[in-house]
Amino acid sequence: MANSMPATEAGHHGGDVTKRDFLKLVAGAGAAVGVGAIAWPLIDSMNPSADVLALSSTTVDLAPIQAGQAITVVWRGKPVFVRRRTPDEIKTAQSVAQNTLADPALDSARVKPGKEEWLVVVGICTHLGCVPIGNKPTEARGDFGGWFCPCHGSQYDVSGRVRHGPAPGNLAVPPYAFDGDTKIKIG
Amino acid sequence: MAGLHKSEFANPVVNWIDTRLPIFTMMQKEYGVFPTPKNFNYFWNFGALAMINLVIMIATGIFLAMNYTPHVSMAFDSVERIMRDVNYGWLLRYVHANGASMFFIVTYIHIFRGLYYGSYKAPRELLWMIGVVILLVMMATAFMGYVLPWGQMSYWGATVITNLFSAIPVVGESVVTWLWGGFSVDNPTLNRFFSLHFLLPFVLVGVVFLHVAALHITGSNNPLGIDVKSPQDTLPFHPYYTMKDSVGICVYLLVFAALVFFAPNLFMAAENYIPANPLVTPSEIVPEWYFLPFYAILRSVPSKLGGVLLMFGAIAVLFVLPWLDTSPVRSSKFRPIYRNFFWVLLVAVVVLGLVGAHRPEGVWVVLGRLATFYYFFHFLILLPVLGKLERPLPLPESISRPVMAGGGGPLPGGAAAKPMEKI
Repeated sequence: MANSMPATEAGHHGGDVTKRDFLKLVAGAGAAVGVGAIAWPLIDSMNPSADVLALSSTTVDLAPIQAGQAITVVWRGKPVFVRRRTPDEIKTAQSVAQNTLADPALDSARVKPGKEEWLVVVGICTHLGCVPIGNKPTEARGDFGGWFCPCHGSQYDVSGRVRHGPAPGNLAVPPYAFDGDTKIKIG
Repeated sequence: MAGLHKSEFANPVVNWIDTRLPIFTMMQKEYGVFPTPKNFNYFWNFGALAMINLVIMIATGIFLAMNYTPHVSMAFDSVERIMRDVNYGWLLRYVHANGASMFFIVTYIHIFRGLYYGSYKAPRELLWMIGVVILLVMMATAFMGYVLPWGQMSYWGATVITNLFSAIPVVGESVVTWLWGGFSVDNPTLNRFFSLHFLLPFVLVGVVFLHVAALHITGSNNPLGIDVKSPQDTLPFHPYYTMKDSVGICVYLLVFAALVFFAPNLFMAAENYIPANPLVTPSEIVPEWYFLPFYAILRSVPSKLGGVLLMFGAIAVLFVLPWLDTSPVRSSKFRPIYRNFFWVLLVAVVVLGLVGAHRPEGVWVVLGRLATFYYFFHFLILLPVLGKLERPLPLPESISRPVMAGGGGPLPGGAAAKPMEKI
């Protein structure tokens, strides 16, 4: 290296780029890709498997649910609340001023058009995953008539929107479709 | 350089092995004649106690695993079978379950010992950081172990803790789904937690080895917090500290046995004797006692991401503690102001523990926020500032000559040049 050329190439102060440097980089990069290729199957094996994904839809018969009642069904291992709202509740849900909401959402965006009576939400508090109470008539529904989470005190309204407490978002609306007037398919 | 070791052991078999693999020489050097400060108090027992506790956990855990079934429909019943039908199964399970509590009691005392006597300061920074890694691995192991009996608290504890990761922006939900192996805590989650709960203790053994290896490079700190200056300041580890540790081990085993035989369910939630039900959340979810201070920090922040960040921050701040504390004096004995704040910190952590055990209502919310504030204030503001303002008491000349009337007196400026007197 003593006979190296004057610093005509900027950025290589006193250090030559040799073939060995190149080989080290290529070998290192090759090894990194190899390790990644081997690691990915291990990591991905922890994602939901095909049989778990296969259980991803549930059909619910709505006929037995009376106005004001709510039931809990299981979809993908999670509770889903299906609630038949009374006309009063629908009116309350629709008339809430958007600027009072922590996670603004119109009630009409959370139900199917023409089926405002039916609210379908995933019954998992968006804070840390507890199941809010309020489906049974004996249970507290919080100050907003929806659901109350016993873990950390979050409250949801009759549209499943968060109104109070540490939960950052509204109860999620799962993908579902009506199959006639008295059946829905979730998932 | 290859070459046989020249062993000094007289026993021919030991000598033969030691010549080829000098483990006897190593043990003799590290645990036999190892020079150890001669002024240890009983707080220096707790590292050894923690190591023994780890061995007890691994031993009982291996035999429990022989009778446990990691499946959602069988896990709860297999634990009840261990309790009722397996010979001494009740003993194995109660030792293992209470062993977790003992492990954290011992480790927390060990940590506060380090905080009081400044054991994290140079040159022991890396030793301390490895210790924080040990604490993290312990917490992960304990959390996953608690899920295995698949009771209500197991299930909902797992749900709440794994959901902490959903607070990560953008990828949070995918990370949680990946952790679960599904769309909720379910059989895949239980399977992987069992696998990891079996693996992590052995990782712990490895990290503990590094912790001890680093300790044997720097040497132990001591209650005076000053460096060992001469062989007069030390004693060989054996028999002096093997003996002192044995006294501590006896007391530790007494407490452990009292728990196991007279109050085995003291630390357990009655709710966890109800099989897991994914559709009903218990009215109150409380983690194991050793997580309560961190749980309280989580709940003290009215924002989900903020709470999670602060909770992990409570541990992360310990990693950089050696650089936050600017005082060159290690032991609180010679830090008149820090000494008081140490106790305030201890009280704050205990208060956080109490807050974590209560519903976040009324006075508990206020207390939780105050204690959370103090916890971070202590490490992030007080320690850096106090090190500059505080005037430490005079340090003794050496461990052998503590500051006492007639004991050589405090070290005035320039006295370092004073010739050492014969003792």
